[in-house]
Amino acid sequence: MNGRSYAKIIEQDRLCEGIFRLRLAFSDTDSIRPGQFFNLYLDDGRHLLPRPISVCEAEGGVLTLVYRVVGFGTEAISKMLPGESLWILGPLGNGYSLDWLKEDSSVLAVGGGLGIPPMLFLTHALAKQGISVGTVLGFRDEGFLLPEFEEAAPSLYLSSDSGRIGEKGTVIDLLETHHLKPDVIFSCGPLPMLRALKDFAAARQIRLFVSLEERMACGIGACLACVCSTTELDDHSRVHNRRVCKDGPVFDAEEVAL
Amino acid sequence: MNRLETEFCGIRFQNPVTVASGTFGSGQEFAEYFDISKLGAVTTKGVADQPWSGNPTPRIAETASGMLNAIGLQNPGIETFLERDLPFLQDAGARVIVNVCGHSEEEYLNVVRRLNGEAVDLLEINISCPNVQRGGLSFGTDPREVESITKKIKDEATQPILMKLSPNVTDITEIAKAAEAGGADGLSLINTLLGMKIDTRTRRFALANRTGGLSGPAIHPIAVRMVYETAKAVKLPILGMGGISDAESAIEMILAGATMVAVGTANFSDPTAAVEIIAGIEHYLEENQLDHIRDLVGAVEAL
Ligand SMILES: Cc1cc2nc3c(=O)[nH]c(=O)nc-3n(C[C@H](O)[C@H](O)[C@H](O)COP(=O)(O)OP(=O)(O)OC[C@H]3O[C@@H](n4cnc5c(N)ncnc54)[C@H](O)[C@@H]3O)c2cc1C
Ligand SMILES: Cc1cc2nc3c(=O)[nH]c(=O)nc-3n(C[C@H](O)[C@H](O)[C@H](O)COP(=O)(O)O)c2cc1C
Ligand code: FES
Repeated sequence: MNGRSYAKIIEQDRLCEGIFRLRLAFSDTDSIRPGQFFNLYLDDGRHLLPRPISVCEAEGGVLTLVYRVVGFGTEAISKMLPGESLWILGPLGNGYSLDWLKEDSSVLAVGGGLGIPPMLFLTHALAKQGISVGTVLGFRDEGFLLPEFEEAAPSLYLSSDSGRIGEKGTVIDLLETHHLKPDVIFSCGPLPMLRALKDFAAARQIRLFVSLEERMACGIGACLACVCSTTELDDHSRVHNRRVCKDGPVFDAEEVAL
Repeated sequence: MNRLETEFCGIRFQNPVTVASGTFGSGQEFAEYFDISKLGAVTTKGVADQPWSGNPTPRIAETASGMLNAIGLQNPGIETFLERDLPFLQDAGARVIVNVCGHSEEEYLNVVRRLNGEAVDLLEINISCPNVQRGGLSFGTDPREVESITKKIKDEATQPILMKLSPNVTDITEIAKAAEAGGADGLSLINTLLGMKIDTRTRRFALANRTGGLSGPAIHPIAVRMVYETAKAVKLPILGMGGISDAESAIEMILAGATMVAVGTANFSDPTAAVEIIAGIEHYLEENQLDHIRDLVGAVEAL
């Protein structure tokens, strides 16, 4: 059976200040869905817990992850060189469910901050399915992955807090100025953005899916570290606590308290 | 001959390695990564008489060679456990140790009675959880309480019982003796050590619960010392745990006096850690030309 794999680094580059792109050799990229994530292990005997990172792209045996350096683990990974390998486990989590979408559904992929990279994979997947997708991205200041999104996204809307990229403001400002009213929004980003999106979507009867983050230990659904509160009883413990790592990270916004 | 076969509390296990309660769920998630019937046994997450929703998040934090957790014993309760989790474990061919938790004597007894006659090999009674307000730790630190609750559980249980001891006491052997006097069949130690982490960037507690239980390699030397002292103080067999991360740290625990060992936090660093440790112990026996694992139990010698 399958456990962790020791994945070789094909390429690592700095996309902008503090943000890196890691490309790993991973044989089974076809099994990966947008919105899923991988556990990255440091295996140094001191930092025991995995670092969960979302999939930015997965194709042809190459797994691409984009991450921000925030602490010891991401810093250590950013210093690794092509040819070196690291232990990974995945794909983990449910990912965005796309099979139920109709050909004529109008869909927006909305990403903010480090929630932007997974929107690239999602945009590709939706476009491949023949679904009309708009991609809405909110940067903090500096942009990253812009050429990739320009190539992948049939329609792209950009904003940044500082005004350096696209329109100055938030993704909500973009949705409002451009009168975007899709049937469905798939999103990933910081909690304040998800909360604002939830209000936006609720007021307009838009179906919203959010990808959540929580501190994790196992990443596979066993330890119950990563729960979020849900309106419905969860299947695991039947106490309104769903596991972000296993039942998520993607949830219908209606079913989770943000 | 199986050199790892282990008799523990009168029950035969194919090897002395189980998993530590709370780090392995009821096995479903790990069964996606390896054949869980290869373990000596699966020890389940704590089961109460009702569903418990646990503590607010963040529930865990990483620390140097360890981690803190304050899950707060979230669990689906005994009914769901019997309906869903136990049948799963049986179908998977796993031997089963059920970890039992409660806020009060009555709650522990409700679970123990409900398990009467069920296909469970052992009960591990958690009287040492640092993360719940009532019950747990408060039962596990007073020798008179420990003796009394052990007796009551022993009277009602149809399976052998292990009392799971807390390291958050001045002298663990006093508690061990109380459990022995109460009629326990074995002991399980150690549970986590009470700890705290503060994030210097945000100047906030790392855990919503403020305090949590420390586990992982950081606590291994403490666990080895406590297993050693306890093995000297009582006649009961010991399930040893605390920071076991490879075959070497497992064997150390056995040399200190543990008959069985449990792998906990190491499951988070590698889902197949426990089966790799079993293979590593087998390899150690071969390399050292030892006939049987039982010859290592408590076999540490003076310098
Ligand atoms: C499902 C999921 C997907 C993610 N995807 C991405 C991504 O695509 N790109 C990206 O840059 N970041 C992502 N993150 C956040 C990323 O996991 C953390 O930034 C990273 O673990 C930090 O590790 P560190 O050692 O550098 O930081 P430290 O602060 O030193 O880490 C200490 C501990 O806290 C945990 N931790 C720290 N920050 C977070 C966080 N925000 N969420 C969860 N755990 C955290 C670490 O895993 C580690 O156990 C994701 C998180 C989750 C839960
Ligand atoms: C996330 C987590 C959850 C735990 N839950 C339980 C539990 O439900 N019942 C219990 O008796 N011990 C629980 N424990 C304690 C472990 O079973 C074990 O005693 C302790 O972690 C020491 O072993 P380790 O260092 O190998 O992890 C838990 C530990 C962790 C890390
Ligand atoms: S991290 Fe263990 S259950 Fe989600």
